[in-house]
Amino acid sequence: MTTTAIRYRYIKQTVFFGLVRLSAFILALALGGILAYIIVHGISALSWEFVTQPPREAMTKGGIMPAIVGTFYLTVGAIAVGLPLGIVSAVYLTEYARQGPVIRVIRIGINCLAGVPSVVFGLFGLGFFVVMLKFGSSILAGSLTLGFLILPTIIGASEEALKSVPQTFREASLALGVSKWQTILRIVLPTALPGILTGSILGLGRAAGETAPIMFTAAAFFTAKLPTSVFDEVMALPYHIYVLATAGTNIEETRPLQYGTVLVLILLVLGIDLVAILIRATIRRRKKW
Amino acid sequence: MVNQEDRIIIRTENVNFYYGEFQALTDVSMAFETNRVTALIGPSGCGKSTLLRLLNRMNDLIDGCRVEGRILFEGRNIYEPDVDPVEVRRRIGMVFQKPNPFPKSIFNNITYGPRLAGVSGKADLEALVERSLRQAVLWDEVKDILGQSAMMLSGGQQQRLCIARALAMKPDILLMDEPTSALDPISTAKIEELIEELKKTYTIIIVTHNMQQAARVSDFTGFFYLGKMIEFNVTEKIFTKPDMKQTEDYITGRFG
Ligand SMILES: Nc1ncnc2c1ncn2[C@@H]1O[C@H](COP(=O)(O)OP(=O)(O)OP(=O)(O)O)[C@@H](O)[C@H]1O
Ligand SMILES: [Mg+2]
Repeated sequence: MTTTAIRYRYIKQTVFFGLVRLSAFILALALGGILAYIIVHGISALSWEFVTQPPREAMTKGGIMPAIVGTFYLTVGAIAVGLPLGIVSAVYLTEYARQGPVIRVIRIGINCLAGVPSVVFGLFGLGFFVVMLKFGSSILAGSLTLGFLILPTIIGASEEALKSVPQTFREASLALGVSKWQTILRIVLPTALPGILTGSILGLGRAAGETAPIMFTAAAFFTAKLPTSVFDEVMALPYHIYVLATAGTNIEETRPLQYGTVLVLILLVLGIDLVAILIRATIRRRKKW
Repeated sequence: MVNQEDRIIIRTENVNFYYGEFQALTDVSMAFETNRVTALIGPSGCGKSTLLRLLNRMNDLIDGCRVEGRILFEGRNIYEPDVDPVEVRRRIGMVFQKPNPFPKSIFNNITYGPRLAGVSGKADLEALVERSLRQAVLWDEVKDILGQSAMMLSGGQQQRLCIARALAMKPDILLMDEPTSALDPISTAKIEELIEELKKTYTIIIVTHNMQQAARVSDFTGFFYLGKMIEFNVTEKIFTKPDMKQTEDYITGRFG
C-alpha cells in the first residue's frame, strides 16, 4: 500500500472518530445543560414544605405534595396494569406462539402501538375508561391508560429477557419430566425477571413524566385532599407543571414553583431509572451463564 | 440377534426421522438391554444425538420435525398420540453435553424435579438429595455447601450434579449425550467410574466421540454413519473384529 493511501485512511479515521466524539459530547452537553438550567432555577423552590404541603393561595404558594402522591399512585397503578399483561403477552409470543403470519401481524401491531402519540392514548382512555366504563377521571382510568402506554415497552423488554434465557435451562427442565408450563413458571420467568424489570422500569420512568395520557383520565387541576380510593381524581406532577405554566393566573409569579416541580419530577424519573440500573448491576454480578 | 429378547427395555423399529425435508435417521432398528451400557458412536452429524433425543421425546421441541416407525418402551410405542411426553421424560432421564445446572442452589437443583412430581416433606427431600449425590459420587465434595449456587461448582462437579439431578427422578433409563466432552481427564475418569456403578440400577445409553471411553464403559456399541445404523454388537466384538469395513475404518481412525 502506498503511503498516501495509508495517510488518507488515517485522516478518514481521525475525522470519523472526531465526529463520533463530537456527537457524544453534544449529547452530554444537551443533557447537562437542561439539568443545570433546571437545577439553577428550581433549587430555590425546594424545601421540606414544598414536598410535604399542598398548594395554597390559588397555587401561587405552598407545596406540591398531592401531585407527588398522585404521580406515585399513577406510576404504581401503571406498572400493576402493564407488567402482568406485558409479561403474559411476551411469554405467549416467545414461548408458545408458532411463528407465522398471525404472530407477525401481532408484532407489527405492538410496534405500531409503541409509535402512537401519547395524546392518542389519553383520548382513548377518556373515551373508553372514563366515559364508556364510567370510571370517571380517576386513578383507575389513568393507571389503565398509562399501563397501556407502557405495554409495548414492557412486552419488548420481556421478549428480550425471555430470549436471553439459555435454551439449555429449558431443556434441562423438560428432560426432568417437568411440563412446559411449569418450566416457564419455575425456570424461565425467574431467570428473565431481572431483565424484564429493568426494561419495564426504564419505560415506566418515561411514563411517569407524561402529561397527555393523564390530563383527560386522571389528573385534577387542583385538589388538596389525598385520594382515598382508586376512583378519586389526583393531582400529578407533569400536569401540575403544565397547569402552572399555561393556565395559572400568575404565570410569572409561579416560575420558581414551576421549576421546582420540574426538578422534583426529574429527580423522581432519575430515581426510578437508578433503581433499574441497580437491578441490572446486581444481576450482572450474579449472572454466571 | 445381538440382544437377549427378555432383557430389552427400549427398542426402535424401522425409525426414520426428518428435520423438515432433511432425513437425519434412516430405518434405524436397535434394542437396548436393561442394566447395560450401550454406546452410540460415529462421525459428527451422523444422527447419534437425534436418536438419543428421540428416545425421551426431546425432539418434540423442534418445529417441523417428523418421526416414522415405532419406539417401544416396555412394549409401548411412546409416539402414540395418547402418550404424555412429560411422563416419558420422567422415566427416561437425560444428561447433556454441556453441564447445565439451574441458577439455583445445589439442593434446589436436585429437588426441583421431584418436588414438581409431588415429592414433599423436608426429610424425604433431604434423603433424596443425599442418595442422589452419593450415587453421582458428589456427596463428599458438596455435603457442606448444599445451599450454595450450583454455578460455583467446577465443570466436572456440575456435570455430576446434573447426573444426580437426573437420578433424583428415579428414571429407568439414563441417556447421556457426550457427558464428558467438556470435562478434564480427571473428571472424565470419575464419570466413567460412575457409569460402571450406575448400570447396576439403571439402563444407560451414552453417545461418545471417545473410542477408548466407548470401549471402557459400554457393553454394547452401535456404529452410525450418515443417519444409518451400520453395525450394532457387543462392544468387545465391535472393537476387535467388526463385521463392517466402515466400522473398522472409523474405529481405527481412518475417517471421522
Ligand atoms: N434442529 C435441527 N434442525 C435441522 N437439522 C438438524 C437439527 N439438529 C441436527 N440436525 C442435523 O441432523 C444431522 C444429525 O445431527 P445430530 O446432532 O444427531 O448428529 P450427531 O451424530 O449427534 O453429531 P455430533 O457428534 O456432532 O454431536 C446433522 O446433519 C445435523 O445437521
Ligand atoms: Mg451430538
